[in-house]
Amino acid sequence: MRTFKVLLRKEFLQIRRNPFLPRLIVAFPILVMLIMPLIMTMDVRNVNVAVVDLDRSATSRRIASHISASEYFSLTATTSDFKLAMKNLEEGTVDAIVEIPPCFERDMAAASPGRISITANAVNATKGSMGIQYLVQTVSRTLSELNTEKDPVGAAELITVQNRFNPTLNYRHYMIPALMIILFILICGFLPALSIVGEKESGTIEQINVTPVSRFTFTLAKLLPYWLIGLFVLTAAMCVAWAVYGLRPEGAVGSIYMGAILFILTISGFSLTIANFSETMQQTMFVMFFFIMIFMLMSGLLTPIDSMPAWARKITVVLPPRYFVEILRSVYLKGASIVELWNNYIALGIFAILFNTLAAVTYKKQS
Amino acid sequence: MNAIDIQRLSKSFGRVRALDAVSFSVGKGELFGLIGPDGAGKTTLFRLLTTLLTPDSGTATVDGFDIVNDYLSIRSRVGYMPGRFSLYPDLTVEENLEFFAALFGVRAKESYDLIAPIYKQIEPFRTRRTGKLSGGMKQKLALSCALIHRPGLLFLDEPTTGVDAVSRSEFWDMLASLKQNGITILVSTPYMDEASRCDRIALCNEGRILGIDTPDGIVRRFDAPLYAVRASNMYALLSAARRAEGVAECYPFGEVHHLVAGGGFDIRQFMDQLNELDGLSIKPAAPTIEDVFIKLMKR
Repeated sequence: MRTFKVLLRKEFLQIRRNPFLPRLIVAFPILVMLIMPLIMTMDVRNVNVAVVDLDRSATSRRIASHISASEYFSLTATTSDFKLAMKNLEEGTVDAIVEIPPCFERDMAAASPGRISITANAVNATKGSMGIQYLVQTVSRTLSELNTEKDPVGAAELITVQNRFNPTLNYRHYMIPALMIILFILICGFLPALSIVGEKESGTIEQINVTPVSRFTFTLAKLLPYWLIGLFVLTAAMCVAWAVYGLRPEGAVGSIYMGAILFILTISGFSLTIANFSETMQQTMFVMFFFIMIFMLMSGLLTPIDSMPAWARKITVVLPPRYFVEILRSVYLKGASIVELWNNYIALGIFAILFNTLAAVTYKKQS
Repeated sequence: MNAIDIQRLSKSFGRVRALDAVSFSVGKGELFGLIGPDGAGKTTLFRLLTTLLTPDSGTATVDGFDIVNDYLSIRSRVGYMPGRFSLYPDLTVEENLEFFAALFGVRAKESYDLIAPIYKQIEPFRTRRTGKLSGGMKQKLALSCALIHRPGLLFLDEPTTGVDAVSRSEFWDMLASLKQNGITILVSTPYMDEASRCDRIALCNEGRILGIDTPDGIVRRFDAPLYAVRASNMYALLSAARRAEGVAECYPFGEVHHLVAGGGFDIRQFMDQLNELDGLSIKPAAPTIEDVFIKLMKR
């Protein structure tokens, strides 16, 4: 026990005296939690819209004014020349065109109106498709308003849209749990692996290996500080999310920590395995980078797993972060509990056992 | 019982045979030197005896414990100072010492009397980070750390490599005083001149032991007459001498060439044969361990 305490104390001393680690541990979460959510937004704003008004009626003006009132659009021009608007679209000064056909108002009263056409630049696919959706919503809302005014009883809204769990469709609320996971991967996965391989590189592990200290004690003392730092950073990140973005978990905090602990065990086992196979810190870095890229891009951190091709979805089954992403998002946004998410906890538990066993098997104190 | 017993110990790394059926033993309280050039297998032998490696074949016991089966018992009984400095550079002198003491379950002050002669010299710098110490001070700290748990055996892998001549001599004085405490010491060095400070030495090369004896005994094995020759053009002398009659061998040896006489060697005849060389001189020389080493290696 005394040996373990001494090893632990040495580890904390080394982290504290490292020229960049303490700064990284403090600055990195702040950067990730305060700056990243502002940058990483998929919300579509400032879509430049040109209205080609061939109708010139009260209705068409109302549509145009609703578009210009929306925070998502800025109305750049109202013309009657579709060709000019198209030219602007090609030049990039306009992102979408709404064309209102001639005699629209009159035909609408006769209940056989012409069609409003929406043309959008979809080079940026997200901006294009989201822009079209918003435009459709705005235009149809305007039209149903008009109908209601004319016939308050008969006309009902044809479609109602309700965004559950993230009512304002705030992309930040979707992203913040994912950012917390990135912090985890780096602090509990990257750092201990580097620290262990660093000891290999400097030869100090040799000096430890000739002492009676068991490899289990040594490794645990190596990991524990990073586990504690990881949990501390998670807590800090959750506080920041609440204080700055008003985002607090709908579900129990306990189920977040439960998932976090399982995920920590998984990712440290994973990093130990990599450390066992590398001789230099450079090797570790490259291998870790490779996996971190896969974790970031394929675990549903940034893009939903459901929209991936079927073969890619199959691969995600073996990516541990996927399950933690699921847990964190469900608890945060939907208020899910361990009972509903049990299969994710089980999956993480299995990965934790698997990777740690692999790490133990591949560890060589003698060769 | 011997402190170290090695029986036909072999270890290969891929195709390289680092140790080839090495056998020898070291008595209790002996200061035993492994002398040989780089790549002789000295470090491999140390890593085997300190249980960092397992042998391909052969057996060895350290303090009566088998290096494979009883490796845990060995670890608490030996002190090891690797060839490369491997203490924590970001811990202070004091912290390193306390740290390694704790790993062996002791406290640094319990062994203070043993390490004092060495540690006293670096004690003024005890709050300094180890990475900022000079080479000689690092070496003293490493030795202190290796001794902190009062080991019965000390393994020192090239402790004097990269250390200046004065510090080297001091270091051997320290080893001599540790020997007084009854500690068995196995030390390796590529410097032949340090061999004379050992009780016994083993000359090794390419994974084999060429000969084991006391330093004097090793020198006495050199039975052929040895001469030191010099001329103003040393290179011309070397090739001429090698062609001369009755010369078994001639090799550069510091400022002179050492010439090993074979059967039918005659000084006067030799001088006549090489008379075109300026400043030619020849005189008898006392063989050293290096001469023995070269001779054994050629065999």
